[in-house]
Amino acid sequence: MKIYRIHALICAGAQCLAAGGNGFEDALKNELKKHNIEEEVRVVETGCMGACQLGPLLVVYPEGIMYTNVEAKDAKEIVEEHFLKGRPVKRLMWKKEGKEEFPGLKDIPFFAKQTKVVLRNCGLINPEDINEYIARDGYKALAKAIVEMEPKDVIDVVKESGLRGRGGAGFPTGLKWGFAANQDSEEKYMICNADEGDPGAYMDRSVLEGDPHSVIEGMMIAGYAIGANRGYIYVRAEYPLAVRRLETAIKQAKQTGLLGKNILGTNFSFDIELRMGAGAFVCGEETALISSIEGKRGEPRKKPPFPAISGLFGKPTIINNVETLANLPVIVDKGAKFFKQFGTEKSPGTKVFALAGKVNISGLVEVPMGTSLRKIVFDIGGGIPEGHTFKGALTGGPSGGVIPMEFIDTPMDYESLPALGTIMGSGGLIIMDETSCMVDVAKFFLKFTVDESCGKCVPCREGTRQMLKILERITSGRGREEDIYRLEKIGELIKLTALCGLGQTAPNPVLSTIRYFKEEYLAHIVDKKCPAKVCEFSALKGGRNKYEAKVTH
Amino acid sequence: MEKSRYPQVEMEIRKWGSKPSSLIQVLHGAQERIGYLSQNVLEYVAKRLNVSLSKVYGVVTFYNFFKTQKDADHIIMTCMGTACYVKNGEEVITAIEKHLGIKMGEKTSDGKFSLQIVRCLGACGLAPVISIDGDDVYGRLTPEKAVEAIKRYQ
Ligand SMILES: Cc1cc2nc3c(=O)[nH]c(=O)nc-3n(C[C@H](O)[C@H](O)[C@H](O)COP(=O)(O)O)c2cc1C
Ligand code: SF4
Ligand code: FES
Ligand code: FES
Repeated sequence: MKIYRIHALICAGAQCLAAGGNGFEDALKNELKKHNIEEEVRVVETGCMGACQLGPLLVVYPEGIMYTNVEAKDAKEIVEEHFLKGRPVKRLMWKKEGKEEFPGLKDIPFFAKQTKVVLRNCGLINPEDINEYIARDGYKALAKAIVEMEPKDVIDVVKESGLRGRGGAGFPTGLKWGFAANQDSEEKYMICNADEGDPGAYMDRSVLEGDPHSVIEGMMIAGYAIGANRGYIYVRAEYPLAVRRLETAIKQAKQTGLLGKNILGTNFSFDIELRMGAGAFVCGEETALISSIEGKRGEPRKKPPFPAISGLFGKPTIINNVETLANLPVIVDKGAKFFKQFGTEKSPGTKVFALAGKVNISGLVEVPMGTSLRKIVFDIGGGIPEGHTFKGALTGGPSGGVIPMEFIDTPMDYESLPALGTIMGSGGLIIMDETSCMVDVAKFFLKFTVDESCGKCVPCREGTRQMLKILERITSGRGREEDIYRLEKIGELIKLTALCGLGQTAPNPVLSTIRYFKEEYLAHIVDKKCPAKVCEFSALKGGRNKYEAKVTH
Repeated sequence: MEKSRYPQVEMEIRKWGSKPSSLIQVLHGAQERIGYLSQNVLEYVAKRLNVSLSKVYGVVTFYNFFKTQKDADHIIMTCMGTACYVKNGEEVITAIEKHLGIKMGEKTSDGKFSLQIVRCLGACGLAPVISIDGDDVYGRLTPEKAVEAIKRYQ
């Protein structure tokens, strides 16, 4: 193997690419050539490194120095000063509150305070090279499962690990698998839910783009456990880069003999196909997703029967989220005990959050379950931009709610968040400061659900529309005193009667903002004032999100 | 044997198989190749996959992604996901609307640009974000920077 003096890792995640990462990489390679040190410096394109807001990012080893916001014109200085003379370019290094630079990656709190299980390879390996995944123990867990373990043993270790589904509901994964494994059927299916519907979250995207093989390996382990030979990955059409990297990964796995017939000389055969979504949020719901893979309108149907009994094409089917699947190789390889050292008793493991909004460092953050919101926002995310104050955090997207300042020390886990009236969701975490109006936020989400409701059942189709009308009234200064009561009443009714999870959770953002910010609602209704100065009472619709057009993609 | 009238669509049908469950994938492929799904294309697909035309319409209208009309040369998608909303994405939208003289959901009269809302481009760390023609993503925008980005396509 060739020995390199320097490794230069360039983030090729979608956000760094959007920020100009390609241009920088070309310039860097040019400079290396010019100085004739191509043989000494190895350039690696990695997936998302996590600190997306500061991209394009470059990490240089052996020192582990991180450069942020690099541009093509910086390449010359980095090569001449750092690579040739060994003098890191201070001006481009990650700085502590804009002053002193951090000596290396391990000193930067944003990275040092994270715990990487799911993102173990993201930002470290080239996602388009299966050998790099294998070099980091990739497919070792698969080999262990199919060679040394019975399917039942695999289910047992997952049960013992306490892994809960990361797609939102937190249902115990091993338990769900057991239902499908017990079905006597020639054909069964394993589906990866990569629809990532929460509008403001991109955890799954980063895993698919940064470490696609971990998801494929997870699917194969699951397939082996339940007795399925075919898998589908249902991925958003809005993620073209994820689609391309998955295609590459599947192709390489096939060429290496890790996908296909009689894998590693065993009786286990498995194949994976990609299916693209087509811009409907409701297709993230299991039964709607199945219907969409069958080529139909993605409308949910009543459960039971649950997909584990009768799913895709009427056969037993297990659907797991991307992050759930990426955890599996670690659990099978290192054991349940290893996994359970992270997190809480009832919510073991880690959780990846997509931290965004009014916070200093937006990006991907992986922490043990039960970590406090304060730690995520202030210690890791670097707090709120100067001159502003934390007002609340949104979790669970359109199905969730808000965590106000008074509960900022709440542990983020599957028990504590519902107690506050919100949910963990899939990991979207949007921070708001005093410039956000809570009534307008509620309206923003309601508009989303009205747009995305499939229209199949009345409570969701009509009820959410009624709630939106009331919110529009309030944010345009025409609110009535009984409106809060009416919102609560309609909200409770929808929760109880809607057919699928979309409708059942749609009122949450409204109910949650009323719970913690009632005085703000009252200011709109009684004083005709928007304390955050967002709603314009002259405009008919009022508020920030006045855009009416039906969403198109 | 009937002569194939839509070779590009036919290629997709061959790739995915001439069966009802291929419908969405075939429509994806056809739209990617032709740009939009005309009435004739939909009729052809319905016949070849053995699905009723009303079912095909049902699917096409259900999913936001499918287009039944020719779109503008450049499609501007402005993100209105939560992160972009919290980071004042609407100011960016207002500036673009003003610059192009059209409203959200419309097309400029010369057919050059259309303006659409999208829910999260998955680049929330760069909010507010727009994308032009799918692959070009512009982030950390201000109203001025957004207009600048669009000018590159004019
Ligand atoms: C409206 C709606 C949208 C959903 N969107 C997603 C999604 O984008 N990704 C996801 O993994 N799960 C989503 N879910 C949850 C899935 O239905 C399902 O519970 C999950 O994929 C199961 O995988 P897990 O057990 O690994 O979490 C959604 C549910 C509902 C009701
Ligand atoms: S709750 Fe809403 S999205 Fe779900 S089936 Fe009913 S109308 Fe459709
Ligand atoms: S995309 Fe580069 S850090 Fe996330
Ligand atoms: S909310 Fe705009 S990119 Fe995610």
